[in-house]
Amino acid sequence: MSDIHTTVDAKGLSCPMPIVKTAQAVKNVPAGELIEVLATDPGSVKDFAAWTRSTGNAIVEQTEDEGVYRFVIKRA
Amino acid sequence: MDDKPLAIVLFSGTDDKLNAAAVMASGAAALGRPVHIFLQYWGLDAFRADRIKNDHGLAAEAGAEGKAAVDALRAEGQAPWYETLAMAKELGGVEVQACSLSMDLLKITEDDLDDLVDGTEGVTAFYLAAGDAQILFI
Repeated sequence: MSDIHTTVDAKGLSCPMPIVKTAQAVKNVPAGELIEVLATDPGSVKDFAAWTRSTGNAIVEQTEDEGVYRFVIKRA
Repeated sequence: MDDKPLAIVLFSGTDDKLNAAAVMASGAAALGRPVHIFLQYWGLDAFRADRIKNDHGLAAEAGAEGKAAVDALRAEGQAPWYETLAMAKELGGVEVQACSLSMDLLKITEDDLDDLVDGTEGVTAFYLAAGDAQILFI
């Protein structure tokens, strides 16, 4: 597993900000690099699944710890 | 289907509905869907440069309980609707147009509007721009 290129801290932000901030961040991430997203919005689980399916980016790791969702996304 | 354009007719000018429109627009923009927003009546009124940051109130059905819930979310740091919309525009593909009839109604010109508004168009131009987009009326 390569290193995280960019982290998006979206903790405390409500929908749709975790996705919007991630969509902004991926523009500056080269293809194949990893983006880490931290979010507390419970809707982000389904939102990130849908967003990655639609944009071609891939969730390579997904965990939840005390209400904080962590996604590691590989840039398409 | 994921890149199907979205067109929003934003008629309402209360903060809850303005926020709903901004959320729908930014979600679509994050998916790479083109978004065309057409501002009518009180939706347009909320985009006046000197009023955009005002408290625009809530829809009547919000009531006292709804207002408390909205205020609580705001206190937790929820971005105001115009910032959410600005972020959607930064993502790209989001265009905001003022309805020319509503401009006449409010007796305003483009100089009176916030920079979030890209221009003015009539309903015919709106339909042509919308094409086969999904159209939402808020």
